[in-house]
Amino acid sequence: MRKENKGLAAVRRAVLAPYGVWSMIFIVVPLFFVAYYAFTDSSFRFTTENVTRFFTATSTVGGATVHTYLLIFWRSLKLAIISTAICLLLGYPIAYILSRASDRTQKILITLIMIPMWMNFLIRTYAWMTILQDTGILNGLLAKIGLGPVHIIGTETAVVIGMVYDYFPYMILPIYSVMAKLDMKLVEAARDLGCNGWNVLRRVIFPLSLPGVISGVTMVLIPSISTFYISQKLGNGKFYLIGDAIEGQYVANNLHFAAAIALLLMVVLLVCMALMQRYANKRAFV
Amino acid sequence: MRKIIELKGITKSFDGDVVLDHIDLDIYDNEFITLLGPSGCGKTTTLRIIAGFEQPDSGTVTFLGEDLLSLPPHKRNVNTVFQRYALFPHLNVYENIAFPLRVKKAPNDEIDTQVHEMLKLVALEGFEKRSVTSLSGGQQQRVAIARALVSRPKVLLLDEPLAALDAKLRKDMQLELHKIQRASGITFIFVTHDQEEALSMSDTVVVMAEGKIQQIGTPVDIYNEPQNAFVADFIGESNILNGVMLEDRKVRFHGHVFECVDAGFGKNEPVDVVVRPEDVDIVPEEKGMLRGVVTGVTFLGVHYEIIVDVQGFKWMIQTTDFVDVDEHIGLYIEPDAIQIMKKSKYSGMFGDYSSFSNEFDELSDAEAEVEEE
Repeated sequence: MRKENKGLAAVRRAVLAPYGVWSMIFIVVPLFFVAYYAFTDSSFRFTTENVTRFFTATSTVGGATVHTYLLIFWRSLKLAIISTAICLLLGYPIAYILSRASDRTQKILITLIMIPMWMNFLIRTYAWMTILQDTGILNGLLAKIGLGPVHIIGTETAVVIGMVYDYFPYMILPIYSVMAKLDMKLVEAARDLGCNGWNVLRRVIFPLSLPGVISGVTMVLIPSISTFYISQKLGNGKFYLIGDAIEGQYVANNLHFAAAIALLLMVVLLVCMALMQRYANKRAFV
Repeated sequence: MRKIIELKGITKSFDGDVVLDHIDLDIYDNEFITLLGPSGCGKTTTLRIIAGFEQPDSGTVTFLGEDLLSLPPHKRNVNTVFQRYALFPHLNVYENIAFPLRVKKAPNDEIDTQVHEMLKLVALEGFEKRSVTSLSGGQQQRVAIARALVSRPKVLLLDEPLAALDAKLRKDMQLELHKIQRASGITFIFVTHDQEEALSMSDTVVVMAEGKIQQIGTPVDIYNEPQNAFVADFIGESNILNGVMLEDRKVRFHGHVFECVDAGFGKNEPVDVVVRPEDVDIVPEEKGMLRGVVTGVTFLGVHYEIIVDVQGFKWMIQTTDFVDVDEHIGLYIEPDAIQIMKKSKYSGMFGDYSSFSNEFDELSDAEAEVEEE
């Protein structure tokens, strides 16, 4: 018996070994290097200057002095939160309707939601450029019905539209997969025990779909807070985001400061995720 | 007794299959009534119509004289205990039971009093903070009952609530349910395919088959005076024979004229005759009213179950006397052990033990447990 267990453990180790090596090379080592670069200067001596620079660097915008990176970070966070909220508000009802549709309809709709994801990210963003331009498709349509033209490209709205479009499926799919597994008997039980439609949603469906909501929010918030391409193309580069800052420093060959920004961003995201997880756990046992 | 629910002419079909065919049923206040029948007989659909999860194609349901069908489920003064309990996994025991009161926005102190009263009723004090997923089947069952009772519905609907429990626990819960019904004074409408369960708990049993009510009566009536071959066969074991009612209190079967206690049939009317296996006495061959050869003996602990061939018809007899296979014996039947039934569409379908085997019976029981939807 003992021997067998030992044998089994050996097999398990052997099977897990490649994953161990993989995560070592592609997760642990890179993270270590990010931290290492963040806390060293160009001659690889220890310094906290990169981190302090993030908090103290200032520049002048329209005559006022601002903390450059804190401002950029705040802007990124704001746009990411707005996009995530829009994705959630639009995605949640769609996920719910989807999970209650017939099997056939579900398959078709899921495919429709996924198809844009098969297209290249850059092409999708360029497509939105042509749609949102002052002389673009949208304004053409608006002009025809006498509503336009509306200036969208180069505004925060355009950046948010781009983010919502690009990350929408990542919100729908996790919520949908949780909802599809929801036991319909629970909904019946809630109705039976006195819940009208709104109460069923509030007291049963929403709390039970919370794990899906959390992973959906995570999967939209993280890429949208660190995006740089969308803001460059749809924001006409006017909305410098934290992702742009990292990219800019990297391109300027200032790897150490780029690493410091990335590290700080990661810490903030980890704290956000931890808080959300705690909220979810607390909700799980009211 | 006050009539609480009245079903009239309820008909329901799914995709062209008639599930309920003109059901008329009165349910009285403070009654423990059981809808009993094999799967697909329409018992669960009847329950779901009362709960509000299905609408009948035609017919009416009234609740204390008022139309029930126009009310959505959450406005009906009936609650359901579901087959697989349907407890809310995101809430603990206390909050599951408190759920209907929270929905009603009852004050906290009132909720607290009521929930504790319910926990006491179902003997789960001290389980307040436990997660429902950590409970055993029997405990989950009791939480489900407490949750359904806490808002004091007039009627509790129970959809095969014991089906998922093991045999021992089932017995305990049967007693428990009966006690709870008496203590709460709430009308229980109980759905099951288990005849033993139906007989042991109910005030009234409604036997259903193929979307029709076959018989309504007390457990004793249903067992002793089944109205057709289906009921006789479904409730307990029965030998069902073709007979002719010669005159009041005289019936002929197997070529022999028996005295019986039934009257009111036409002269020489063909009838179904039911004799319960435990009502047949084994006597020496020459003293028997009927003679036969033993073809099978099964020891079941309390008694033997023997199969006797009488003129090609296989009788089942339960006896504590041992007889051996191939033995020639006589059968003796008291007049009041003979139950006469009118011929029905079920005549000739049941009651001959030619193809009987215990194993086969168990197999078909297991099949009957498949949840009907």
